[in-house]
Amino acid sequence: METQDRSTFAAWTRITDFASANSLIVLLAFLAVFPFLVPYTAIATQILISGLFAMGYNILLGYTGLLSFGHAAYFGLGAYGAGMALVYLKMGLIGGVLFGAVTATLGAMAIGFLCLKRRGIYFCMLTLAFAQLFYFLALVVFDNYTGGDNGLRDIPTPPISLPFGISLSVATPLRFYYFVFVLCVLSFLAMRRMLNSPFGAVLQSIRENEKRAKSCGFNTNRVKLIAFVFSGFFSGLAGSLYAIYYHIAPLNTLYWTTSGSVVMMTILGGMGTFAGPFVGAAVFLILEDVISVFTKSWQLFVGAIFMLFVIFFPLGIWGTLQERVFYRWLRQD
Amino acid sequence: MGLQIGMVYVLLAIGLSLIFGLMTVVNFAHGAFFMFGAYMGLFMMGLTGNFWLSLVFVPVATGLLGLVVERFTIRPLYGRDLNYPLLLTFGLSFVMVEGVRLIWGTIGHAFDTPSVLVGPVNLGFAMFPRYRLFVIVATAIIVFLLWLFLEKTNLGLVIRAGTRDSIIVRVLGVDISRIWFIVFGIGTALAGIAGLLAAPMRGVHPDMGISMLIECFVVVVVGGMGSLRGAVIAGILIGEVVSITTLFYPMMGEVAIFIFMAIVLLIRPSGLFGEVGLLE
Repeated sequence: METQDRSTFAAWTRITDFASANSLIVLLAFLAVFPFLVPYTAIATQILISGLFAMGYNILLGYTGLLSFGHAAYFGLGAYGAGMALVYLKMGLIGGVLFGAVTATLGAMAIGFLCLKRRGIYFCMLTLAFAQLFYFLALVVFDNYTGGDNGLRDIPTPPISLPFGISLSVATPLRFYYFVFVLCVLSFLAMRRMLNSPFGAVLQSIRENEKRAKSCGFNTNRVKLIAFVFSGFFSGLAGSLYAIYYHIAPLNTLYWTTSGSVVMMTILGGMGTFAGPFVGAAVFLILEDVISVFTKSWQLFVGAIFMLFVIFFPLGIWGTLQERVFYRWLRQD
Repeated sequence: MGLQIGMVYVLLAIGLSLIFGLMTVVNFAHGAFFMFGAYMGLFMMGLTGNFWLSLVFVPVATGLLGLVVERFTIRPLYGRDLNYPLLLTFGLSFVMVEGVRLIWGTIGHAFDTPSVLVGPVNLGFAMFPRYRLFVIVATAIIVFLLWLFLEKTNLGLVIRAGTRDSIIVRVLGVDISRIWFIVFGIGTALAGIAGLLAAPMRGVHPDMGISMLIECFVVVVVGGMGSLRGAVIAGILIGEVVSITTLFYPMMGEVAIFIFMAIVLLIRPSGLFGEVGLLE
């Protein structure tokens, strides 16, 4: 009985060890079949887009230790950028997505430059305030182009034009899922590459002790700005995909609630772990979906669950799992 | 002209600044307490119809809620990273806003100006709405009382010392966590009064807190966190910026304060009255 327990335990640890060491491969394999595991494809696509957003956000919060409350700005800039590229400039699909991401990147450069003039909680307040600025700009100043309160509507999904005159339509939900999937895979690989590089190590050294990183000769402000811009790029990419998927760039993509959700997703999943924010996004969206069946006030429950996590599980779902498994492994031999 | 809304900013910013200065907690739920104060006022007005009674009841109710929140949710986080209390109060603001929606509904409510304070008053050189004058005077009195409390009482002395260096205060034999408890109550009570005072001017609805909170963050960034003087002057200044811009370009009021903030930030990164490097 006991030996059997031990062998299942060993098998389990082997699986979890493999999972934590190769979390990217596990994640990708899972995502490839994901739309067939959930009741409808829409939630799979939503999770993928929000997961990308949260992982991009995590570059800043989890790896650099900067708490931004204004990532709605880059998500929204991505959404509006892609929408305008497709509606007004009649760009192709890939062009539109990239246009949105680049718009967000430029926005992140400008805002990041200003916000990084202050540190700590001031940084946090500034990011929030500047995100609200974009919200009001879209609502009242440029409402001729953004559609104001109604959002930018009727965003088309043009087919992807490949070489040799082949064009590939992604207009069905499942096809669009795989289109998002491919872009996410590329993004995850890029993030992985970046975070495992010496640059990623500098980011984490800033998170642990900025003064020490500075005295090692790094221009920490510049490094933080680069992290901010990368984070803005991936958030913008997620925003572009969101707008194309829903055929609309709604005003609330720029609202502070969008920033709030990405913070919640990242904390729930586990900031500072690679796959954690993705897990958090999935849990957040599924919770929202399930709770809103029973009651309109799902925010009450999500807020309360979030508070419990902050007090009792600050490492988040994935972080707590990883730590438990990792420590168990350390104790074994 | 924008003085009365500036005064509401001042009350909120002082509470936020006081809590932050002493406890290094950014109370993200400050806007939710502001909203809660307005709803408590609505509740008391419905019950008794007496504005003056509400003026006493609201800070007590909001402050009590603040004490409960501090004791059971923020206290476990002391000693952790500064971001955790912020994240926690962020979650709390969701819970509070949604809770109010459940009880009072999602739609806004009108809040009648108390009849004694309706109509204009002749100041000699100009006519001025009576309620606005009341808000300005009431805030001035509250700020003055708070100043007296902080400067002239023993507890105020301990609070000021705790803002400078809480470890030394603890070494001198003061139970600092009790001081934190009290200050969180005072800060949230101030937010409650601000909510009540703003209610007749802006109405009462569940989302009234968050936009106010963001504007209040701007006040704090412009004025410099932890500075009472900075909070007062920046609050009034931002109130003027909003109302003057709204007068000329009605839709630009919200945008103007952020642009104003960006300019201040470029010229004086530590805010108008902020000390460089304070708790960054």
